[in-house]
Amino acid sequence: MPVVKADLQACQGYANCVVGATDYFDLDDDGIVILLRTEVPESERARVTEAARSCPVSALVVED
Amino acid sequence: MNTTTVIVGSSIGGVRAAQSLRLEGYEGEIILVGEDAELPYDKPPLSKAVLAGKAEESSIRLLTREQAEDARIQLVLGHAATGIDVAGKLLLLEDHEPLRFDNLVIATGASARPSPWGQRPGIHVLRSLDDARKLRADLLKGGQLAVIGAGFIGAEAAATARSLGLEVTVIDPLPIPMSRIFNPEIGHWFGDLHRNNGVTTIFGTGVEAIEGEQGSFTLRLTNGQKVEAATVLVGIGAVPNDAWLGSSGLLVDNGVVLDEYCRAVDAPQVYGVGDVARWRHSKHGEDIRIEHWTNAVEQAACVAYNITHPDSPRAYTPVEYVWSDQHDWKIQVVGRVGGNAEHITIGDPETHGRFAALYTSDGVNLRGAAIVNWPKALLACRRGMATGITVEELRETLQPLLEPRPKVAL
Ligand SMILES: Cc1cc2nc3c(=O)[nH]c(=O)nc-3n(C[C@H](O)[C@H](O)[C@H](O)COP(=O)(O)OP(=O)(O)OC[C@H]3O[C@@H](n4cnc5c(N)ncnc54)[C@H](O)[C@@H]3O)c2cc1C
Ligand code: SF4
Repeated sequence: MPVVKADLQACQGYANCVVGATDYFDLDDDGIVILLRTEVPESERARVTEAARSCPVSALVVED
Repeated sequence: MNTTTVIVGSSIGGVRAAQSLRLEGYEGEIILVGEDAELPYDKPPLSKAVLAGKAEESSIRLLTREQAEDARIQLVLGHAATGIDVAGKLLLLEDHEPLRFDNLVIATGASARPSPWGQRPGIHVLRSLDDARKLRADLLKGGQLAVIGAGFIGAEAAATARSLGLEVTVIDPLPIPMSRIFNPEIGHWFGDLHRNNGVTTIFGTGVEAIEGEQGSFTLRLTNGQKVEAATVLVGIGAVPNDAWLGSSGLLVDNGVVLDEYCRAVDAPQVYGVGDVARWRHSKHGEDIRIEHWTNAVEQAACVAYNITHPDSPRAYTPVEYVWSDQHDWKIQVVGRVGGNAEHITIGDPETHGRFAALYTSDGVNLRGAAIVNWPKALLACRRGMATGITVEELRETLQPLLEPRPKVAL
């Protein structure tokens, strides 16, 4: 199953990902992304990939 | 039958439109056309990490040749589009044969408004990677930098130049910086931010002329004052790249005019995204054009959806969002702020090092927010804007989260 990965060093807390897929991403108190789930069923790939691509600093990828 | 989508403009809006089409399962051909011969790159870092020399140029690439090949996106770079034959479904290009399309996406963005005080070496604008390279080269020579315009890009470049150790003067005809975007109270805080970080500010005064040459310019101001500078950056806004549409017959009015589905009002197989697009925001009930990164990305996704679902298109009704990094402030603006809207502020820069200004136009519901250095508040506002929330509810959530913390600056 595809998985979503986050580069916590790169994350700047813009929250675009959270707005895009609130069931996958959240922010901690310092404004760093939290992955609520990592496995992405094929049926959700498009939605989660769009959310990951909305990250302004490319901190998120959906990989096979 | 195989269809072809041609996308004009190879920056964030165009690249994301191409990628989103594939994500939506589009099987046809995708051709991405760009005037710039560079591989597509991202712009926000140009006034920040790239100008500071902290980011490699390779780190801002939006699409490599391999990624383009993998996604079957054909690149036609280094050729400007010169017009559209809408009836004949042809895109006309400079030094290249016309491209036939079934769907066309206009993503030609905007250009920096050129300096009205002459254009010669040492007088810069900042929009492209090449602009950033040239400005950085001049900053590294040292000497004073004068920035004309205290908007987002001018303010970011000023902050970056300070971090490189330059003396910086920012000049803006508005008495209170950013007051076209925010209310005066917040605008004053922006002025303080610059001064606290060693930037000389001259507000409420325009520039009459730039005299002299690179290395020893003199800016003559409308109040008679003179400012010396080795390098000048003109940051007075952007203008949409829509002149090339003049002969197309498409309706152009400060951007290409689109319906609520981001289709040209007079040619439904022509779409627009990003800085060049003026579309009907059906929730606001007006035509708007937004010059922010997240809008280009979200609009590209919507257009890709509408191209692949022509029978059930989605209206594009985003909540506006922009960020800006200036000195040690991370500034984020959600929804619509300023204007005649009332506002309350929670926190302040002196005591808390963070704040949120919440705006309402009906006295009850949140209409927009400006947030500095406060991720939880940002998230609460972005979520609240999406679902609807009152200013009072937000205040109750955010106020308890405030604890005094020492300022980082000063
Ligand atoms: C220095 C800088 C810093 C920024 N910082 C931020 C920020 O912090 N946060 C934020 O939200 N936004 C920021 N922005 C704004 C953001 O980058 C833009 O909103 C975004 O780039 C818009 O994307 P676009 O694809 O619509 O247009 P553009 O990025 O303008 O791209 C348009 C492309 O079309 C090409 N083109 C133009 N005319 C033609 C033609 N006739 N034929 C072929 N190609 C053509 C151009 O060469 C260009 O590659 C910043 C912008 C700049 C310049
Ligand atoms: S969009 Fe990117 S930078 Fe923003 S919170 Fe998500 S991962 Fe972090």
